[in-house]
Amino acid sequence: MPAMNMIQALNSAMDILLTQNPDVVMFGEDSGYFGGVFNATDKLQAKHGAHRVFDTPINEAAIAAMAIGMAAKGLKPVAEIQFSDYIFPAFDQIVSEMSRIRYRSAGQFTSGCVLRSPWGGGIRGGQTHSMSPEAFFTHIPGVKVAIPSNPYDAKGMLIAAAEGNDPVIFFEPKRIYNGPFDGVPDAPLKSWAKHPKGEVPEGHYRVELGKAEVTREGSACTVVTYGTLVHVAEHAAEKSGIDAEIIDLKSLSPYDIDTIAASVNKTGRAIVAHEAPRTSGFGAELAAQIQEDCFYALEAPVLRLTGWDTPYPHAHEWAYFPIQSRFIRAMEAVTKAV
Amino acid sequence: MLSWYKDMLLIRRFEEKAGQLYGMGLIAGFCHLYIGQEAVVVGVQGALEEGDQVVTGYRDHGHMLATGMDPNGVMAELTGREGGYSRGKGGSMHMFSRDKNFFGGHGIVGAQVPIGTGLALSNKYKENGKISVTYFGDGAANQGQVYESFNMAKIWDLPVVYVIENNQYAMGTSVKRSSSETHLYKRGVSFNIPGEEVDGMDVVAVNEAAAKAAEHARSGNGPYILEMKTYRYRGHSMSDPAKYRTREEVDDIRSHSDPIEGAKKKILEAGYADEDALKKMDKEIKEIVSDSADFARESPEPNPDELYTDVLIEG
Ligand SMILES: Cc1ncc(C[n+]2csc(CCOP(=O)(O)OP(=O)(O)O)c2C)c(N)n1
Ligand SMILES: [Mg+2]
Repeated sequence: MPAMNMIQALNSAMDILLTQNPDVVMFGEDSGYFGGVFNATDKLQAKHGAHRVFDTPINEAAIAAMAIGMAAKGLKPVAEIQFSDYIFPAFDQIVSEMSRIRYRSAGQFTSGCVLRSPWGGGIRGGQTHSMSPEAFFTHIPGVKVAIPSNPYDAKGMLIAAAEGNDPVIFFEPKRIYNGPFDGVPDAPLKSWAKHPKGEVPEGHYRVELGKAEVTREGSACTVVTYGTLVHVAEHAAEKSGIDAEIIDLKSLSPYDIDTIAASVNKTGRAIVAHEAPRTSGFGAELAAQIQEDCFYALEAPVLRLTGWDTPYPHAHEWAYFPIQSRFIRAMEAVTKAV
Repeated sequence: MLSWYKDMLLIRRFEEKAGQLYGMGLIAGFCHLYIGQEAVVVGVQGALEEGDQVVTGYRDHGHMLATGMDPNGVMAELTGREGGYSRGKGGSMHMFSRDKNFFGGHGIVGAQVPIGTGLALSNKYKENGKISVTYFGDGAANQGQVYESFNMAKIWDLPVVYVIENNQYAMGTSVKRSSSETHLYKRGVSFNIPGEEVDGMDVVAVNEAAAKAAEHARSGNGPYILEMKTYRYRGHSMSDPAKYRTREEVDDIRSHSDPIEGAKKKILEAGYADEDALKKMDKEIKEIVSDSADFARESPEPNPDELYTDVLIEG
């Protein structure tokens, strides 16, 4: 199987979607001619035509909203919001229209589409290029939220998202587009070529939404996370020797509580981790559900490891970002607690 | 004229230095240089009064220097240090100065337009005789909130000058590909806002147009739109491969319409200064800029506790 980085895997997914379904269209700011700021849509316009892969002006609200209209009348939009920090002009349309068309038309119309968006920190992008806004979207009934953590999943999940018939907010951890990150700041970039999930089939396959994956089995504690932090957590476990079980959530809405509960019932200890601020972050939802489902198995309070309740900083990014050393401290704390 | 030349040169040299520091890894993240567009902010600033407000997007270093903000503080914000205008919290795109009435530096495209309109409303409410100058790009000109702002600014005749810096590209998208009406000065027509196209590479033309627009806004006639035709020489940001335009296009503008060269020619022709005096000026400016780079390197990292301050009022 060929080695692909995440960008190549996403590009391959979109190429397949465009080839197999004539109703698929892609658009976004500089996504057509230019191929996207991260090259995710590179060459797709040349191959599939400017009527199917095109540039929009800087209009996030209309990008999201037009996707709704297009989807309601039979197209399958896979649109790009250039950075997830820029998704907020589109928020109203996502909350008030995209998520509710199916419900308020009693199923007559749907808005099955995908909004892809580079997401998360660790690239020294400061406050308007580093956010993790997933919790705003997991709070909306009627949209799915998915966040892959490697090339194999990125391709399979994007195909599954586009072939489903619901709107999906598809966040792509940009820090790991070109290689996994072990959570040691300023360490040299690694390549996906040496990672098992960097092997990506050329053809069509799906990684179904709604399913989590145990990426490392362990008995000392459970770490539930997603995106870039999956790799940070794995490396923290190796480095510290703490035998943590790592769960890559992959889908946040709906999320796979069965896989989480099975693990926490086994280990009795849980950490939930994300880059986004702590208060009302997705970790709060996970912690609440874990205590409901695993209360009698818990041997320690569920611990949240998150960004701070501040805007994403320009200076001191690594004090904000949950790096490897913070993971190790959290694992020590949760395994020692009685 | 000489002082405009000096101000433009300061911006040019500052940006060149910022580009170097970026290349050396001292400035991280996103950094958008203003090289090529200097005549716009310098010409406009020359038409303003003390107390008028300025607000812009993320390509903001030139605007800050033009308002008189300290190059040291700007450069140190780029490097994320204690001595920066936002003490390392904002970075290149997010700086402010209460003292100089500079209201940011905004990373979200178009966000500053209603904010600048709000500044104008505040001026009107307080009857302070001040105006707000609200800058945005050709790409930003397509954001919906721009038109919500135009409408309100005219309903209430707010003292705001909208300066559209049309450098012909929004990242890789040219105006032709993004705009059904490429003459952006006409964007106010259906709101009854007068607009004018200006040669943004000519500091004198900019200044004259800005003086007229400022007077219009200040005397209670409401908003005015200036479309500055300009050009950015460098990539959109430091990480732009620039494959959307040709080398020749850039070279052509540089060699025929450079705002600084143009001003220099006028100065020499009119005899305001000679070559030697201009060289000396350049040398002084290079020193100011190099001092700012030293300051930005030596200023300490902010205290990590800074992370938690200024989120809300501290109890
Ligand atoms: C809401 C939003 N969408 C997209 C972006 C990404 N982006 C940053 S600058 C830019 C182009 C803006 O072009 P223009 O307004 O012409 O200003 P210029 O860069 O030419 O100065 C884009 C698309 C952003 N920062 N904010
Ligand atoms: Mg532009």
